[in-house]
Amino acid sequence: MTKAKRKRLIYNLITFGLVIAAFLILQNMIATKSISRSLKGQLVPICSWIVMAVSLNLVIGFSGELSLGHAGFMSIGAYTGAIVSGWLLAAFDMQDTTLRLVLAIVAGGILAGIFGVLIGIPVLRLRGDYLAIVTLAFGEIIRNLVNVLYVGTADGKLQFSFLNKNLPENVTMLVDGAKGAVKIKPISTFTVGFVLIIITLIVVLNLVNSRAGRAIQATRDNRIAAESMGVSVTRYKMMAFVTAAVLAGMAGALYGLNSSTVVPTQFTFNQSINVLVFVVLGGLGNVLGSIISATFLTVLPEVLREFADYRMLVYAVVLILVMIFTNNPTTRAIANRLFAPIKNLFHGKHKESVGGGDAK
Amino acid sequence: MIFLDNLINGLSLGSIYAIIALGYTMVYGIAKMLNFAHGDVIMVGAYIAFCGLQYWGIPPVFAFLLAMVVCTLLGITIEGLAYRPLRQATSLAVLITAIGMSYLLQNIALMIWGANPKSFPTTFINGASLHLGKINISSATLITILVSIVIMVLLTLFTSKTKLGKAMRCVSEDRGAAELMGINVNRTISLTFAIGSALAAIAGILLCSSYPILQPTTGSMPGIKAFTAAVFGGIGSIPGAMLGGVLLGIIEIFGKAYISTELGDAIVFAVLIIVLLFKPAGLLGKPMREKV
Amino acid sequence: MKKLIAMVLALMLALSVCSAFAEEAVTLKIAHIGPTTGAAALYGLATQHGAEIAVDEINAAGGKFTIELINEDDEHNVEKVINAYNAALDAGAQMILGSTTSKPCEAAGAQGYADRVFFLTPSASSTAVIEDKDNVFQVCFTDPNQGSASAQYIADHKLGTKVAVIYNNADVYSTGIRDTFVKKGAELGLEIVSEETFTDETTDFTVQVGKAQEAGAEIVFLPMYYTPASLILKTAADKNYKPIFFGVDGMDGILSVEGFDTSLAEGVMLLTPFVATSEDEKVKSFVAKYQEKFNETPIQFAADAYDGIYILVAAAEKAGITSDMAPEEACDLLIDAMKEIEVTGLTGTMTWDESGAVTKTPMAATIVNGVYVFED
Repeated sequence: MTKAKRKRLIYNLITFGLVIAAFLILQNMIATKSISRSLKGQLVPICSWIVMAVSLNLVIGFSGELSLGHAGFMSIGAYTGAIVSGWLLAAFDMQDTTLRLVLAIVAGGILAGIFGVLIGIPVLRLRGDYLAIVTLAFGEIIRNLVNVLYVGTADGKLQFSFLNKNLPENVTMLVDGAKGAVKIKPISTFTVGFVLIIITLIVVLNLVNSRAGRAIQATRDNRIAAESMGVSVTRYKMMAFVTAAVLAGMAGALYGLNSSTVVPTQFTFNQSINVLVFVVLGGLGNVLGSIISATFLTVLPEVLREFADYRMLVYAVVLILVMIFTNNPTTRAIANRLFAPIKNLFHGKHKESVGGGDAK
Repeated sequence: MIFLDNLINGLSLGSIYAIIALGYTMVYGIAKMLNFAHGDVIMVGAYIAFCGLQYWGIPPVFAFLLAMVVCTLLGITIEGLAYRPLRQATSLAVLITAIGMSYLLQNIALMIWGANPKSFPTTFINGASLHLGKINISSATLITILVSIVIMVLLTLFTSKTKLGKAMRCVSEDRGAAELMGINVNRTISLTFAIGSALAAIAGILLCSSYPILQPTTGSMPGIKAFTAAVFGGIGSIPGAMLGGVLLGIIEIFGKAYISTELGDAIVFAVLIIVLLFKPAGLLGKPMREKV
Repeated sequence: MKKLIAMVLALMLALSVCSAFAEEAVTLKIAHIGPTTGAAALYGLATQHGAEIAVDEINAAGGKFTIELINEDDEHNVEKVINAYNAALDAGAQMILGSTTSKPCEAAGAQGYADRVFFLTPSASSTAVIEDKDNVFQVCFTDPNQGSASAQYIADHKLGTKVAVIYNNADVYSTGIRDTFVKKGAELGLEIVSEETFTDETTDFTVQVGKAQEAGAEIVFLPMYYTPASLILKTAADKNYKPIFFGVDGMDGILSVEGFDTSLAEGVMLLTPFVATSEDEKVKSFVAKYQEKFNETPIQFAADAYDGIYILVAAAEKAGITSDMAPEEACDLLIDAMKEIEVTGLTGTMTWDESGAVTKTPMAATIVNGVYVFED
């Protein structure tokens, strides 16, 4: 076993170990009722945000493309999940909530993946900030379209309508335009969320450490060199982009089915930015970092509740300070010296070149 | 007639986008960063002008100058405190810092001016609107278009004729080489932020004169649209930002008028995507060179 | 010494007997949930401030009830509202005044339905807020109610037959009112000549207003909040277009926007249960206190929340809620009490049925010379 391989194995083991340990501790807390309502209510959203962050990290950290429309895929997943779950209940009277949830998540992932392919074909032809703005544009277009989408069920059949609500009177609305997905029966559970995280980790870590993964990272580090070695840049970038879209769709379905309603305004550009913040703060290409920062930043505003109206202000200040301290050469050198022993143990890949950083 | 009416409205909206886009593009050209807080500087500028007009009762011209001065100082401060320490960092780190700064400005505005929207007083341009046959052009529209033309001319002259302007172009071309030639890079970047922020103040005043509602979130959406405009025209290019802004405004109004108001924003972004597919570096952007 | 102790003991006994006969003091823990930061902060802060005024009044009066108000921010977000709700319950809330806006209220109300927690929303007006949930009640009208009332009023008073509608298609409130307005309008013979939409981020209304003008609409119906409405009025003035603008309760507040040129709103009509410039004594006193404490004029949201606190107290009185009662226990008692009480507040005299919707009468007002003039 080479040194690099061993390091990677340790890193992966620690990542899985921490996630599983956290799950077991939380499950124990739920069983013994020693968990606050507030924290318990956040568990499923945290799972969704972790999957979102890890999948976006695949695009940004490993593939090196800045995507600003990740929330768009999440919304596709959330809506698909709500529709599929509502339809399964109406058409087949499927009472098994776990099965329904799993089917909804799978459907959400598939549809988001299809959109990932459709969007990826034009997007991945572009570079750097142009690519970023086009993903932003797609995210906004998806939100705009979902806003005028109407879906209902009647006699177990799905009925769709676009722009105008031209549905017969007897349908039960599942998606009602600006009112969003309505009357969802919340069925998401923490356990399924945990399983989804584990699946995400297996997929992402395996992909990254596979031949394809090395090709993906090669296109990030030096597009021209990779191309001249015979690596098909578009193909591998597409692979990362679509995988991330599928995972985001699954996270979206989990997220959507955790609430009784989902609205298009939940998946704005700002939401994509939030996920981006998770990824950058956790470290590009650092999966464990994404998990920790997604958790931390989701819980932070809740912990800051006692600051009431100042908490978003505090959040902003914390964000700026953290970015400066982790990225300024002087402060970074100090931190490196302090954490050197720990860092040697973890050693995520800290290759950071993104947004037109290739071909320089 | 309706067509002309829409065209003029589109021009007016587009001019505002163009001025905001100039701020984005200049900063991008020099500091190679997307300054997401730019939209919020607009909002601050508009609030300062509002305070001047409404609370302190100072003459409009001074209120606007005050807004420009405050925004200029704000721009320099933001750059010095938050962006300068990250000069060597990745563009993403700077992007996130800019986003944090955007949140910060919005929340400070919420604390100072409250959540209730203010109506920007427009009486200072109470010149009756211009009637040309059946078309009504409001004075705000006229002023907006005129001001943006003046700004564009001045800015073009500044960057091509003056020493400072040339230094800016130099830094944007090659920062290392510029430094070797004795150009003070930090000062040049500060200057760019100062100019961009002063423009933001003007944009804020024009925006609120045409659409007189002022809230802490006023700058966000115009900011994103203007960012889109800057990329549309080719980010880093000053004429590109002007062209991109004006075109985006016209497309937005025409899309709403002739296709659907429901899908107004979707149309704008769809046009952007199509254009970028054929011109991957924007309308006037330089194609990226591949160096090995 | 022994005597003294005996006397003290006797006195204490007597006092405790006395207080048992007197009304038992009850501390109600009410959580206000609303967006106090973010884009909808305006509404959440209004309801929070309105509730605070009511709480101050009740606590100062020193009656049977003392109120402890817990404020939680939901950022107008369906995910965050659940956090706010859970945090409120963790803090010991017995009942919820909220959420301020419709979609978050729908989500939190559903959670509350499962957990058995009582909700009284001051201002979340969509029908989905109360549908299929016996635990949620409203202080404000439901949207369909407003839409059909507006159409009825326009038809009854023969204001015109050509109507244009401009509405926010990304907003539940706006689309909810528009849907029933269009339906009811068709029944009453109103002709919808133009129908245009906008979203929360829209600043430019030239196209929407231009289309209404082109279609020759005599009435422009504006089911929306006053912020976009003020932009529409400005645009119409620029275009020299002077139809009758007809608004709904969200329009209230337009006159108190700082810097707003009230001449733009001349002739605007609206149906609303509350206006801040009313001559009513209760309203006057509320507005004065609000202005003193928060340095701004209250909008309808604040009045709804103020009423909300009084309604909760009335319901708690009827239901016999005690200081240490758990929210689950209080919920069903409050639900029963709500159907029996009648409360007269700033926004009229209100009663409720089991659906959770309120019954009260809206008033039609016209803006003349910068103030509301009521029709009888």
